[in-house]
Amino acid sequence: MSKTSIKITSEKLDLQACYDFVTDASCGGISAFVGTVRNDTKGKEVTQLDFSTYKPMALKEMQKIAVLALRKFAIEKIAIHHAEGMLQIGDIPVIITASAKHRKAAFDACQFAIDTLKETVPIWKKEHFSDGEVWVNAHP
Amino acid sequence: MKIQVLLFGIATDLLQTSSFEFEVSEGCTIEDFKKAVTAKYPQLKNINSYAVAVNETYASDEMILNQNDIVAIIPPVSGG
Repeated sequence: MSKTSIKITSEKLDLQACYDFVTDASCGGISAFVGTVRNDTKGKEVTQLDFSTYKPMALKEMQKIAVLALRKFAIEKIAIHHAEGMLQIGDIPVIITASAKHRKAAFDACQFAIDTLKETVPIWKKEHFSDGEVWVNAHP
Repeated sequence: MKIQVLLFGIATDLLQTSSFEFEVSEGCTIEDFKKAVTAKYPQLKNINSYAVAVNETYASDEMILNQNDIVAIIPPVSGG
């Protein structure tokens, strides 16, 4: 059975599905990271976020992160799901869940996965303000 | 030889397209490609920096391109 669940979707992300995927009788804990769309950037009000992806490559990079997390930490299973398209304030762009026999590995795997995702996975967000829009991280 | 170039994020907005064909010479490295594409499309200088992926995998500057490679310009990512 697969130990990784990787997904990019324009539908609403499903926390229950990510939780259910990693449950395992051998595990003593499940850790979850849920990213949410925040209503401001550096004091400026954000109205919505638009996520675009290089989907086939992004899926490959997310799979690499999951496989690396399984190798680095004593976890049993890991799910990494990311949204694409237009998201509103409070919506969920990313969910990561990991299960482990002991909690530290689950926490560490989630932290590692989200930190690495933000550095390597080809996904971009455009912040929309009431008076314009900006690609995040794109300018010096 | 011809390669296919894909653009993402801010690069799509700067060049007003999401893909184009590009002619490079035999033995062209990623570094050569970056210089050539920036010379033809100086708008790319407006990006902080960008990585290049070949056939859906990140490529080093020394990597040599082949005919029909799919080369993606990857501006700084901001997922999560």
